[in-house]
Amino acid sequence: MSGAFQSQRAPFLTAYALLVYAFLYFPILVLVVYSFNGSGVGGFPPSTWTLDWYRQLFVDSALWDAVRNSAIVAAVAVCISLGIGLPAALALDRAEFPGKALFRRIVLLPLILPGIITGLSLLMLFAGMGRNLSLFTVIIGHGTALISVATTEIFAGLQKMDRAQEEASLDLGANHWKTFWRITFPNLRVSLIAAALLIFTLSLDEIAVTFFLIGRDNTLPLEIWSRLRRGITPEINAISTLILLFSIGTILFWYRLRTRAQATGEVQPATALLPSTLEGESS
Amino acid sequence: MYSRTYKAGVTIPPLLWVTAFLLVPYAILFCYSFWSVSSLQVVVHNWNLQNYAQLFRNPLYLTVLLRSIRIAGAVTLLALLLGYPLAYYLSFHAAKRKDLLYQLVIIPLWASYLVRGYAWKTILGSDGVLNGFLQYLHITHRPVEFFLYSPFAVILTLTHIYTPFTFLPIYASLEHVPRNLVEASHDLGASPFSTFLRVILPLSLPGILAGATFAFVLTLGDFLAPLLVGGPSGIMISNIVVSLFGAAYNWPLGAAISFFMLLLVVTLLSITERIEKRFTIS
Amino acid sequence: MNAVLSSTRVEHSTAEPLLSIQKVEKRFAKRAVLCGISLDVASGEFLTILGESGSGKTTLLRLIAGFEQLDAGEIWMGRERLDEIPAYRRQVNTVFQSYAIFPHLSVFENVAYGLKAKNAPRNEIPERVTQALAMVKMSEFTQSAPSRLSGGQQQRVALARALVNRPRVLLLDEPLSALDANLRRQMQIELKSLQREVGITFIFVTHDQEEAMALSDRIALLRSGRLEQVAEPREIYGHPRTAYVAQFIGQTNLLRAEVHDGVATAGAIAWPSAGPSGPALFSLRPEAIRLASAAPANPTGATANFHGHIRNQTFGGAMDLLEIDCGNSQAIRARVSSPGTLSGQQKFEFNAADAVRVQEGSET
Repeated sequence: MSGAFQSQRAPFLTAYALLVYAFLYFPILVLVVYSFNGSGVGGFPPSTWTLDWYRQLFVDSALWDAVRNSAIVAAVAVCISLGIGLPAALALDRAEFPGKALFRRIVLLPLILPGIITGLSLLMLFAGMGRNLSLFTVIIGHGTALISVATTEIFAGLQKMDRAQEEASLDLGANHWKTFWRITFPNLRVSLIAAALLIFTLSLDEIAVTFFLIGRDNTLPLEIWSRLRRGITPEINAISTLILLFSIGTILFWYRLRTRAQATGEVQPATALLPSTLEGESS
Repeated sequence: MYSRTYKAGVTIPPLLWVTAFLLVPYAILFCYSFWSVSSLQVVVHNWNLQNYAQLFRNPLYLTVLLRSIRIAGAVTLLALLLGYPLAYYLSFHAAKRKDLLYQLVIIPLWASYLVRGYAWKTILGSDGVLNGFLQYLHITHRPVEFFLYSPFAVILTLTHIYTPFTFLPIYASLEHVPRNLVEASHDLGASPFSTFLRVILPLSLPGILAGATFAFVLTLGDFLAPLLVGGPSGIMISNIVVSLFGAAYNWPLGAAISFFMLLLVVTLLSITERIEKRFTIS
Repeated sequence: MNAVLSSTRVEHSTAEPLLSIQKVEKRFAKRAVLCGISLDVASGEFLTILGESGSGKTTLLRLIAGFEQLDAGEIWMGRERLDEIPAYRRQVNTVFQSYAIFPHLSVFENVAYGLKAKNAPRNEIPERVTQALAMVKMSEFTQSAPSRLSGGQQQRVALARALVNRPRVLLLDEPLSALDANLRRQMQIELKSLQREVGITFIFVTHDQEEAMALSDRIALLRSGRLEQVAEPREIYGHPRTAYVAQFIGQTNLLRAEVHDGVATAGAIAWPSAGPSGPALFSLRPEAIRLASAAPANPTGATANFHGHIRNQTFGGAMDLLEIDCGNSQAIRARVSSPGTLSGQQKFEFNAADAVRVQEGSET
């Protein structure tokens, strides 16, 4: 799409862009550097080099419980979001029904709505049902809030799919069920994996919705949060650096998948989640 | 081509889930906003508009609401000012390393929100990195207070968080600008700057709108950054809601403020959608 | 090869039609795409549905395949009502314009797909697939991945994948439009001989009238959702029913004439013509016109001649295209065997029978 546009020399723009990058990475750099700093978080320049904070981290059992909880929540949230998001995307792509426009808007709403609103509403639902808050309620919250991510990603994949392949499958005698599993599903493989990775990562970092639905067991962000309330410790720098590395790894993996799909022509160059992906409805 | 069973099969499960866990909760939120809390900390179902009235009459709430809108506006503006040139640079001037640079913008997005907010806290604090750096260079001799626990800190932190969010849709729409239009503009004698103003900028409007909406709405509803770096002077409207669901137990009032935010967001979305429709060539 | 696939000789019209399309209508939103199409397809014939884009030809094909539902009318295959059966149960297979090869399956698995879907006996599958691939000359690619195949190769695989199921009707949706001219001509010959060999009824959709004439046993010309004419290629070329048909298939001169007492007069040109008196439209093909000096000594039937000034002479290899000004408002186009460069004023001649009377528009 960007083709062979002549790159002109633009020194000011280049410098500006570099500044923006610096702004984006500066806090992250500080975080990582100071996670190795002996005298903790303050002061400049960082004085001593140490791995103490990481060592402290590894024996912190409460933290690892929280990590385990977050992993469980994220994994189940992925299942829910994909399990609901896939039929939702198919419905938006193929079915006509009264209230379809409203349905589309509601499914996409949590994407842009501040998490606090979705979290609060679900809290009131559970309170009304007399349900105690726990990891279960958190899972429902994440799963619901992240359906829009799954739907957007899968819908984009459906739009780019060669519709004729499904017709060919039907034409050759496979019914809708077989056609879905043998043809549609494999074609959506890239979208599904990308969506799963995205949802997993977002769930791990989710705070707003979780805040209102958390019970006794903490997820990782909320565990960090409660410690932050008590005071800054460099251990938090250490865990943050690890989270950063994990997220980067996941995203790079996602990126590798996407570039490989581009090479085989399955997918166009990726541009991330946008509500407007679903704006233009095909007739 | 798709049988009725197929269409029903893909429509009904999501419809049920969304109704149960989105529509119904929002409806409950709506109902709660019309109730009130008795002196015995019990929710009373006396339908009235008191909560909404309180939102606008109570000077504290009004101040915080207006401050939130100002902060959201500032963050949106700054995020656009940072995000747009970056997107423009990548799209038009970074031929070879474009993909790598794109990934570099995305990576901070995936560093946890909390992590980044916390990073700014450590940087801006009175014995934080920034103050330490300034004192090291002897630019200041005492820690500067207002860096942290102020609206300034909130704006700075949220701008940092949401710049990638404005970057992404703007980059997408810039990539969609047909290069031959730009070439045609040059061919007809327009300078690069004029081309930018009259061809590129208008065509990238959908991306700008999408990015701005994202940034504005999410900033407005944010309660974490104020808690981390805002201090008492940096409280935003969502913090009030949080306390109403916590210590200052008043669910109906909290629901009213939340629902008001919901209405604001939905209104904003329909406005931008309408603007986008008028500007988009399909 | 012939033992595996049925081989019936092409029989025309006397037998009961294999496929009967009756008064079929189809609308998209408020727009009528097919307005009452009726057409019988004989067993073993190569029928081409010809038309411009938007004429409804692909829609008609998709109705037969089962990807669209009709709004009115019926489609019968033998004694069975076809349009009431879902696509995956019809004994009809399609070769798609985009080939629609499954990229995640090998060539073998692609071809075997339909057999597996309908639970064909497992021990038969490899043999049938091998024979189908041999028939389209793709044997050496049996285990290949589709992404490695060229467009023409993918198309052969699509053909094999469809034919291996022994459908009663094979639908081809502009299968050659993506190929370059040489490959296209080659594939036309191969398709034709394949159809003869296999004996399956082919319904072929195209917008290319030359292709239609080269391949078909019959051509059905579709225009804006209605059938203009259904006939064998020679018939449709030599005796076009309407002005549209005359102009769509091949080139022609449309002469607006007055018929009076057995003579048709169109401006400066007159020729004997039987038929009712009054205004009439005639189609005269350019190649029917010859130089009077080059005329045969004993013409068959009545001839007509006219004088004209050659406005333009375009060299065309074997034949030249002449643009003749004979005093009429419209120039006459003629195709003559290379005459060398001609001087301005000439005398031209044509057989009266070659001026075919055509209807103005299509009256169904």
